[in-house]
Amino acid sequence: MSRTDQHLGPLVDLGRERPQVPARARNMSPIVPRGSISGSALVAVVAIMTFLASITTGTVLLVSASAAEWQSEVASEITVQVRPSPGRDLDKDSAAVADAVRAQPGIVEVRPFSKEESAKLLEPWLGSGLSLDDLPVPRVLLARVQPGSTIDLEALRRRVTQATPTASVDDHRAWIERMRSMTGATVVAGIGILALVIIATIISVSFATRGAMAANRPIVEVLHFVGAGDRFIANRFLRHFLRLGLEGGVIGGGIAMLVFGFSESIANWFSGTPVGDQFAALLGTFSLRPSGYLILAAQAVVIAAITAWASRRTLFATLNDIE
Amino acid sequence: MVRFENVGLRYGLGPEILRDLSFLIPAHSFQFLTGPSGAGKTSLLKLLFLSLRPTRGLVNLFGHDVSLLGKEQVADLRKRIGIVLQDFRLLDHMTTYENVALPFRVMGKDESSYRKEVIDLLKWVGLGERMDALPPILSGGEKQRAAIARAVISRPQLLLADEPTGNVDPTLGRRLLRLFIELNKSGTAVVIATHDMTLMDQYDARRLVLHQGRLHIYE
Repeated sequence: MSRTDQHLGPLVDLGRERPQVPARARNMSPIVPRGSISGSALVAVVAIMTFLASITTGTVLLVSASAAEWQSEVASEITVQVRPSPGRDLDKDSAAVADAVRAQPGIVEVRPFSKEESAKLLEPWLGSGLSLDDLPVPRVLLARVQPGSTIDLEALRRRVTQATPTASVDDHRAWIERMRSMTGATVVAGIGILALVIIATIISVSFATRGAMAANRPIVEVLHFVGAGDRFIANRFLRHFLRLGLEGGVIGGGIAMLVFGFSESIANWFSGTPVGDQFAALLGTFSLRPSGYLILAAQAVVIAAITAWASRRTLFATLNDIE
Repeated sequence: MVRFENVGLRYGLGPEILRDLSFLIPAHSFQFLTGPSGAGKTSLLKLLFLSLRPTRGLVNLFGHDVSLLGKEQVADLRKRIGIVLQDFRLLDHMTTYENVALPFRVMGKDESSYRKEVIDLLKWVGLGERMDALPPILSGGEKQRAAIARAVISRPQLLLADEPTGNVDPTLGRRLLRLFIELNKSGTAVVIATHDMTLMDQYDARRLVLHQGRLHIYE
């Protein structure tokens, strides 16, 4: 214990010279000056990393949301195909299958595609002005499933085959599986990129911290002389790094949010072009939900916290080397 | 308060520069540490301040065997020691007032609780008009006085000073010596490393003389 805690008289007696002490508190300089830490480079690094991480996360969120939408849309539909067969009337078979599907519990709507509609579906491959009479083109029926209900597919298949032996039911399972694996791959790739960004951030922050500690070594030594522990010293530096991390996080995350905010307008500029149409097909409306923005904000805070943590780790390691 | 037993110190694989030092520094004592340049005065002060660990022997400080202390315990013990180094070690971005108040800030004290004491001390060492000046514009003597004020402001139990009057005129040197004596009277053990015979002649105190790495004590 220092004896300053005891009630001792003045260390020096100035007698009449005793100064009139101003009542106002002094504005004390920070122990570690802000300018001594080359912050702008670190802020730029953290901002870039946060931007990349936010773009990655935002894209993963968009793809996941679009894929989920697709899956729910596709899962709510069943396609029945009626193949032409010699000696059978395709229109009659289609009508019989439509009746059989309508009778299945859980089906709310059945829409048989007419001959003209089937021709339109084939138009991209076979060209316009096609006469289906010359070709053995199957007829398609689209059945919409009541949302939330489960269809007994086996019973439906039996029912449809009884009505027409050449009919088959497709519940898009293979398509949905492919969608799931595509979404999963996108998420895994996103997590991989995020991990790389975070590792790069930690390495950059560690180098910046070492640089700052080297520049401020005289301050650290003086603080040791006056009895400051490593925790006290580390906290003085940590404040700066947390602030720099937050600044970088806000800048990078903010720009990424603006990009997503304006993404719909950007998508509109490209609409009508092959690239624009592909993106629209893959990412839907290209707009992030409010929860997505919250995730991006949380991510920026996490990156700032990682900056502070990496800095703290390096600080204690470096302080061990400074006597 | 401080006990050295058969202490030796060498830097790396070099020769032993301090050999078989055995001595006590009692509480409330006053001593000069002297000897020719290069005799090891600064190294001995660093051992006392826990900046160096002995290569052999036992150093006991405030009842603690220093070889067993962790970093945080060393920091706690240093709060009980004041040190004035030859190169002053003032922080250039802080005013004289802030430099002197630094030990209180490290202790976590509120500025209003020590403001008066710091200003009083700055007046006493002749820096009343320079308390808002930054160290780069202070003269060597002013820096030295600021460093001394920082070392004594928290009234340490042990004060170590390395050539504390080396950069000041004789009048101010006497004034600073009076400050150390006042501090000693209020209970601080003082060790002043100097080869200034005039300074030592001004106050009758114990002398620790380092010569060729060995210590000779004149009570």
